[in-house]
Amino acid sequence: MSSELAQLAPLAVLIPFLGAAVNFVVVHRNRLQRGVTVGAMVLTLVLNALMLVDVWQQGPQVVHLGGWAAPYGIVMVVDQLSALMLVVSVVVSLAVLVYAVSEGVAGGDDEGPISIFYPTFLLLVAGVSNAFLAGDLFNLYVGFEILLTASYVLLTMGGSAQRIRAGVTYVVVSVISSILFLISLGMIYGATGTVNMADLSVKLADLPQGTQLQLHLMLLVAFGVKAAIFPLSLWLPDSYPTASAPVTAVFAGLLTKVGVYSIIRTETLLFPGRQINGLLMWVALLTMLVGILGALAQIDVKRMLSFTLISHIGYMIFGIAVGSPQALAAVVYYIAHHIVIQTSLFLVAGLIERRGGSTNVDRLAGLYRISPVLGVLYLVPALNLGGIPPFSGFLGKVGLIEAGVAAGTWLDYLLVGVSVFVSLLTLMAMVRVWNRVFLRRVEDAEYPDPVLRATTAQGHRPRTSRVVSGKPGSTFSGTAPVVLLPKTMVGATTALVGVGVLLTVFAGPLFDLAGSAADNLTHPDRYVRAVLAPVGQGGVSEEDQ
Amino acid sequence: MTVNLTLLVVMGVLFSVGVYLLLERSLTRVLLGLMLLTNGANLLILHTSGVPGAAPLHDKSLDGSEYSDPLPQALVLTSIVISLATTAFVLSMIWRSWVLARRDEIQDDLEDRRVAQQSSYDAEDDDAMPQDTSEFDHADARFTPSRHNEEEAAESPGHHRVEKLHRDERRHRHEF
Repeated sequence: MSSELAQLAPLAVLIPFLGAAVNFVVVHRNRLQRGVTVGAMVLTLVLNALMLVDVWQQGPQVVHLGGWAAPYGIVMVVDQLSALMLVVSVVVSLAVLVYAVSEGVAGGDDEGPISIFYPTFLLLVAGVSNAFLAGDLFNLYVGFEILLTASYVLLTMGGSAQRIRAGVTYVVVSVISSILFLISLGMIYGATGTVNMADLSVKLADLPQGTQLQLHLMLLVAFGVKAAIFPLSLWLPDSYPTASAPVTAVFAGLLTKVGVYSIIRTETLLFPGRQINGLLMWVALLTMLVGILGALAQIDVKRMLSFTLISHIGYMIFGIAVGSPQALAAVVYYIAHHIVIQTSLFLVAGLIERRGGSTNVDRLAGLYRISPVLGVLYLVPALNLGGIPPFSGFLGKVGLIEAGVAAGTWLDYLLVGVSVFVSLLTLMAMVRVWNRVFLRRVEDAEYPDPVLRATTAQGHRPRTSRVVSGKPGSTFSGTAPVVLLPKTMVGATTALVGVGVLLTVFAGPLFDLAGSAADNLTHPDRYVRAVLAPVGQGGVSEEDQ
Repeated sequence: MTVNLTLLVVMGVLFSVGVYLLLERSLTRVLLGLMLLTNGANLLILHTSGVPGAAPLHDKSLDGSEYSDPLPQALVLTSIVISLATTAFVLSMIWRSWVLARRDEIQDDLEDRRVAQQSSYDAEDDDAMPQDTSEFDHADARFTPSRHNEEEAAESPGHHRVEKLHRDERRHRHEF
């Protein structure tokens, strides 16, 4: 059962960390920084992919850091769920990184994105990996803090008034949720004397019901803020849209999913008693509905996408609340799908902003005729998110609905109905943007950016923003001309949209994997046995940290 | 488990003052609130180690139960370092906000305010003078809203007129 390869798991955190350190050493040599960052990401991706294959064949693997046995030593656990999350998150981050590099280079300055971008991005990835691998609660907390601190820097990068304003909300809310997490950690340690998750799984069950419920709810609130479930989601649409496109894209894809991942662990490993699944059902229902109604009211593409993000977190919470192996398998697949699709949509929104000068729907029009490629790049993930067959969004939702019907209480049926209705509303929100931004004529737009008119007036497509840089009223007025749609940016987005389509093509094996992940999630005793096995049987760590 | 009353009271004060400061609109006070809350949480964790004992260094003459529990101290140390970094970051944000706007206040989201100001009025559906698509020459067509709702009309008779009034008022305000 023990495998040598999975013992390399700490490297998934260490490689990005080392990459960030090297980045700081060569801070003034942009090209080298870029090489190091991309290299570190590719290396991490290869390692994660190998680990996924390994874990798929041999089951959960445990790394005892420094060779100390759990529950006294710190452990990292690689099971199917964490390995899949690691692979998907690094794929997405790599696409976003290429997009960001290209955006910086195409932005006119050869310096690329501000030199702080690369190391911070790597630290973000390290934090996310650490959270996915953490075998004890405190390590999870540290992972959260690493990724949050990196995200503060990324969100406020450039320090414009708008970003600072959005950053304040984001930072304050995140810090409060971290403090809540810390308080619950303290209480859990006080009640049980351990922070190792496997050990907790055994010891929490012996506590009185009331204490269990209190600890459970406190953890859930702390993770709920991070996962943006209603009513703890109000910070998200306020802060995400102001950041630059690649930053928003990676946040939307990864950060909320780390919260969802933690909720899965809480519900399946720490408190498998299904104490509050009814509450989770209602929370899921409200998250779906309120999120999508918010999305329908927006006229800014990025804000609209932020609201659909919240809405679709509701689907995952629904699956977790149903809690059967079938439902959890659908949730695992749905998370992978949602990370990829939501990130690609935000990347496309960045391209729309570049080509049309704005993300405000009133200012955009006729983009399909101007750039058919962009149209396809938007439409495929948009339909995917709306749940049109045969895309992965449809498959994930069918999985959830089947699981809901199989559970069969009236609340499950209500949630099934609402989830179908919400996917219809999602489609409506996405298609409305499609109609207005891509299909209508430029003349019909309320206040079209001159860069859109320039195309139709001259009868050819301008490659750079030179045509409008001298004219007033455009976003590009008075700035140095930039390439409107750089090939590498479009390439990175296309690649990610392609990955989204591949999720459909390889849905069979993926559902197998998700099924075996869910099987392990519903049998927490396997996790406990793997972690608490004496060192040597669970695999000894070869490399000390 | 023994409880240290002094620590408990200090913790309570830290938490309550922290929450109070957090609700302020001034950024500096929010930061102070966050710091107090973090310190409250740190005390809580420290508290879980119970009665302090001997330093946790191996000593043959001591029984295992006589040592202090070192783990909470390690946890608190980590949390202090993290809160130090966060505090430094928030401070720099406050400074930046001061440089940019000369104010130390949390500002409203413009987009939120814009959405909030949108009336339920819809140019296509609620216009008091609808495009008459029927063949009939309806005498009152000018003054009947095209999407007339009986319930709404009973609740607030003339709400269309009120809405129109508001709109005119707003237009006025823009002019001056």
